[in-house]
Amino acid sequence: SSRGDAMRGLAVFISDIRNCKSKEAESKRINKELANIRSKFKGDKTLDGYSKKKYVCKLLFIFLLGHDIDFGHMEAVNLLSSNKYTEKQIGYLFISVLVSSNSDLMKLIIQNIKNDISSPKPVHVNLALHCIANIGSVEMSEAFGQEVPKLLVSAHASASVKQSAALCLLRLIRTLPEAMTYAEWASRVIHLLNDQHMWLTAATSLIHTLSQLSPGDYKGCVSLAVSRLSRIVTSTYTDLQDYTYYFVPAPWLSVKLLRLLQCYPVPEEPAVRGRLVECLETILNKCQEPPKSKKVQHSNSKNAVLFEAINLIIHIDSEPNLLVRACNQLGQFLQHRETNLRYLALESMCLLAGSEFSADAVKKHRETVINALKTERDVSVRQRAVDLLYAMCDKTNSEEIVAEMLAYLKKADYAIREEMVLKVAILSEKYASDYTWYVDTILKLIRVAGDYVSEEVWHRVIQIVINRDDAQGYAAKTVFENLQAPACHENMVKVGGYILGEFGNLIAGDERSSPLVQFNLLHSKFHLCTPSTRALLLSTYIKFINLFPEIKPTIQNVLQNNNQLRNADVELQQRALEYSQLSSITSQDVLATVLEEMPPFPERESSILAKLKKKKPASVQVSLVGCFISTYVSVQVSLVGDTLMDAFDDVLTLPADLGESPSTESTEHANRPNGLAKKIISPGFLLRFKLIHFKNLLIFADTIPTGSKGMRGLEFFFGVLFENALIQVGVKCEFKEQYGRVGLFFGNKTGNQLQNFAAAVSLGPEHQGKINVATQKEPPSQIDGGAQVQHFINLECISMFSGSPNLQLRYQHSSAPQQVTLKLPVIINKFMEGVDMNSGDFFSRWKQLGQPTQETQKIFQARHPIDTEAARTKLTGFGMCALTNVDPNPENLVGSGIIKTKTSQIGCLLRLEPNKQAKMYRLTVRSSVGEAAALICSMLEE
Amino acid sequence: MMKFMLLFSRQGKVRLQKWFNAIGDKERKKIIRELVSMVLSRRPKMCNFLDWKDYKVVYKRYASLFFCCAIEESDNELLALECIHRFVEILDKYFGSVCELDIIFNFEKAYFILDEFLLAGEIQESSKNKVLRAVENSDSLQEENQEAEATRSILEEFGLS
Repeated sequence: SSRGDAMRGLAVFISDIRNCKSKEAESKRINKELANIRSKFKGDKTLDGYSKKKYVCKLLFIFLLGHDIDFGHMEAVNLLSSNKYTEKQIGYLFISVLVSSNSDLMKLIIQNIKNDISSPKPVHVNLALHCIANIGSVEMSEAFGQEVPKLLVSAHASASVKQSAALCLLRLIRTLPEAMTYAEWASRVIHLLNDQHMWLTAATSLIHTLSQLSPGDYKGCVSLAVSRLSRIVTSTYTDLQDYTYYFVPAPWLSVKLLRLLQCYPVPEEPAVRGRLVECLETILNKCQEPPKSKKVQHSNSKNAVLFEAINLIIHIDSEPNLLVRACNQLGQFLQHRETNLRYLALESMCLLAGSEFSADAVKKHRETVINALKTERDVSVRQRAVDLLYAMCDKTNSEEIVAEMLAYLKKADYAIREEMVLKVAILSEKYASDYTWYVDTILKLIRVAGDYVSEEVWHRVIQIVINRDDAQGYAAKTVFENLQAPACHENMVKVGGYILGEFGNLIAGDERSSPLVQFNLLHSKFHLCTPSTRALLLSTYIKFINLFPEIKPTIQNVLQNNNQLRNADVELQQRALEYSQLSSITSQDVLATVLEEMPPFPERESSILAKLKKKKPASVQVSLVGCFISTYVSVQVSLVGDTLMDAFDDVLTLPADLGESPSTESTEHANRPNGLAKKIISPGFLLRFKLIHFKNLLIFADTIPTGSKGMRGLEFFFGVLFENALIQVGVKCEFKEQYGRVGLFFGNKTGNQLQNFAAAVSLGPEHQGKINVATQKEPPSQIDGGAQVQHFINLECISMFSGSPNLQLRYQHSSAPQQVTLKLPVIINKFMEGVDMNSGDFFSRWKQLGQPTQETQKIFQARHPIDTEAARTKLTGFGMCALTNVDPNPENLVGSGIIKTKTSQIGCLLRLEPNKQAKMYRLTVRSSVGEAAALICSMLEE
Repeated sequence: MMKFMLLFSRQGKVRLQKWFNAIGDKERKKIIRELVSMVLSRRPKMCNFLDWKDYKVVYKRYASLFFCCAIEESDNELLALECIHRFVEILDKYFGSVCELDIIFNFEKAYFILDEFLLAGEIQESSKNKVLRAVENSDSLQEENQEAEATRSILEEFGLS
C-alpha cells in the first residue's frame, strides 16, 4: 500500500460517493462501506494506526453526509493515545464532531486529554485544548477548570498554547461558571492586556466573559482596555503588521475592547474617561476621511469598529455631543448604496431613539425611514425600518407613523405582518388622544390584516372599551357599521359580537340598529364562523336576552334549534342548552344579575406588549405599564410553547382572582375550588366566561399532537387527579428529555382549614434509584377553607422503570385524620420522544435489534373495529413517532421513539400488524433494552 | 460569540459544519434544513444579514459556496462578515485558489484550519500568516511521521528491524 499518499482509500471513497447517480445508489455505497469498516473493526487482526485513522476518517465523512454513525468511537479513542501526530489529530477530530457529552467513553477521553495537556510538545497540548474547547461538557469543566488557567498564565507556555488556553477556558466557564475561582486569577488575567499583541484578541474575549460573570473582580481591566484601544486607534496601519486588515489596524481586537468596555459604567477617573472619549472621537473622525482602499473589506472592517463605538456611546449615554455625531453619521448611511449599511444604520438608530440626547436627532430622519419602508427591496431592511418608526414614535408624529404603517401593512411581507399589527396596536393605544381614533385604528387593522390580528389585540380593544365609558357608544356604532360589510373578517365578528353584547343598547334607539337588526346582522355571520366564534356569539345572544327582552323569543328559538342543541361541538351544545335553560327558568332579576355588564378590568401591563417582547425583546422600548389593563381574557391566548404552562397557572389560580373581583355575587362561589365545575347556576357571566376558557384549555391540551410545531418537545398532561368531598387535587405535568416537572394544586373544598397537611412522593423498591425526586419547598402544613395551594415536584428519570410513583397525601379535617395514596401520572413513556426516520433506517435498525431478548411480541383481539388512523393517533399520544411510507403494507403501523433517561437513551421500535378478518392485532416491539420492549408492549396492549 | 458556521453549495449540500455549543443532532439537522433553504432563496444585492430565531445570521457567497454563520444578538455583523472573508483567504492561500472540491476531498484539513482560526466561537488568531504557519507546522509533523513510517517498512521488509 502506498502510505505516502495521504489516505488514498478515503479519496477513492469520496469520489465513489460523488459519482453516485441517485440517493439510493449513495445509500447502497455507504452501507457497503459501513459493513466493510464494521468487519475490519470486529476482525481478529489488530488494525494498525494508519488503517484505523483511515476508517475513522471515512466514518466521519459519512456522518457529515447526514448519516447516523453508531460505532467506531472506541477506535477513535484509541487513536488519541497514538504517538503519531496525524493519527492523534484525526482521533480528536472524530471525537470533537461525533462524541456526545454524555458518552460512556468520556472518562477515557478525559484521561487521554490529561496526558496530552501535560505533554512537552506544544502541538499535542494544542490538540487537547482544541478538543476541550470543542466539546466543552460539564465533565470537562470539572476536570480542567483549574488546570487551564495555569497554562494561561504560565511563564513557559508558548503564545499559541496561551491563545488556545484562553478560549478553552472561556468555553469551560460558559458551560459551568462555577468551574473557576474568579478572584484568584483576576489580577493575572487582567494584566494579559499588557501582554504582547499576538494573542490579545483571544484573551480579551475571555476577559469580556469574566467581566460579565464577575464584574467586581475584573473592573481593573477598564483602564488597561482604554489605553490598549487608544494605542490601536492612534496607530497607523503599518504599525501592527500582521494585525492590520485592509488598512484597518486590528479590527477584531478593537471591537472586542469596545465590547468589553460596555460591561462597565463609564470610567470615573477623569483621565481615563477623557482618553476614552478621545478614542471614540477619533473613530468617528476616521469615518470622514477618504477611504484608503476601495475594497469592501476595508469599509466593512472600518465600519465594524464604528458601529461598535456607537454601541459604546449609547451605553455610556452621557455624552450628548458623541450621541448626536453618531446619529448624523448613521443618517448618512441611511442613504448609502450598500444595503448592509442601510440595514445596520436603521438598527443602530433604533437604540439612539431611546436616548434623551439623541431622540430628537433621530426623529429628523422620519421621512427617509418612511421612504425606506416603501422602497427597500429587501424585507430584512423594511423590517428594520418598521422597528425604527416604532422606536421614534411619539405624541407629535404618532398619527402619521401609524397611518404609514397601516398603509404599508396592506402589501407588507407575510413574515412581518403579525409583528406590525402588534406594533400598530401598541402605538395607537399608547398615543391615543381620543378613543375614536384608537377604535378606528384597531378596526382598520382587523379589516386590513384580520388574519394577523392575534387574540391579544382584539381582547385588548374590548378591555379598553369596557373600561372607558366615553368609548363605548362610539365603539358600538362603529362595529355595527363594520359588520355590515358583506365579507367581514371573523375577528371583526368576535369584536362586534362582544361589544354589541355589552353595549348594543347604546345604539338600539336608532331604528337602523334596533335590537332585532343587531341580532339578525350578527346571526347572519354565525354559520360562517368557527366554533369558538359561534360560542362567543351564543354568549352575546344570552346577553341580548337581558338587554332586549323584546327579542327573547327569537333568540330562544335559535338557542333551542337542533343545530345548536345537537351540535357535534360539545361546547356549543352545552352553551346552547345552558343559556336556553337560564333564559327560561330564571326570573328577570336573576338574569339581570347573572348577565350584568362586565366589570372594569384591573390594570396590568398590556398583554400585547408582553407578546411583542417575547417576539423581539430588544426592540420594545415603549412602556405601557399603567396605561391600561389586561386580564384573564388573555389566558386563552398564544397557547404555544412556554406560554401554555403560564396559561394553566393563570387558570388554576382563577378562583382566587375572582375573590377579589368587584362582583360580590360571584365571590362565594368563586372561593370554592370546584366552582370551576359548577354548571348552570354559576353566578355571573364573568365566571361563566372563565369556565368556558378553562374548558377550552382542557380541550386544547387534549388535542395537541405531541411534538407538534411550537411545543418544543414538551409534553403536557393536565387534569384532576383526585377529588372527594373535602379536597380536590389538580395536576399538570411537563416532560422534556429525562426531566419532568409535576405541578400539584390542592384545593380545600370545605369552609374550614385542613390541618397537618402533607404531600410526599414515595418511591417503592421498584423505583428506588430509578427516579430522582426533588421538591423546591415543602407544601404548607395548612390549607385555609376555600383556598388552593400549589406544590411543584421535579423529577429526573435515571433509568428504566415500570409503573408510576405514588403520592402520599395526609391531612386532618375537623380533627379527623385522612390519608390518600394517589398514583402520579409519571410513566416511562412520558420520557419518550418520537424519532422520525425513513424506511431504510427503520429496517436496518429493526434488523440490528434482532436478538430474541430484544423483542417482545403479543397477539391480541381487537376490542374496537380495526382503524389504522385511530391507532396512529394513540401511538403518537403515547410518545412515539408514527412513521409513514415505511412499512410496505399500508395497513401496518410502525413507530419509533427514544426513552431518555439520565444513564442511557433507549431506542424503541414498534410494528403493529392488524388482521382484519380475524380482528386480531400482532404487536412487536424491539428495543436495545429487552425490558423496555416488554414494558412498552404490555402498556400498548392495554 | 459565533454559534455555528456552515458551508454549503448552491445545491444546498453541506460541505462543512462547525457548532460552537452543544446542540442535539436532530436540532442541527433542522437548523441546517431551514437555514440553507432560506439563504438560497435570497437574491443577490440583498443585505448579508438576517434575523433568524434568536440568532443573527451572516452569510456570503464565494463562487459556488455559501459561507454562513450565526452570531448572537449583541455581536457585530460586519465583523462576522469579515471573519468569513478571512477564513476564505486562509483556505485560498492554503489550497492555492481554493474551490469546493478542495473542501470536499480535504474536509479534515478544513476543520483543522478552522480550529486554528476560531475556537469556542471566538477569533483565536486573526493574522492570516500565523494561522497558516500553525497549519503548515502540523502538516510538517505529518510528513515526518510518514517518513518514519516509510523507513520502518523498508527495514521490516528486509528483516532488519
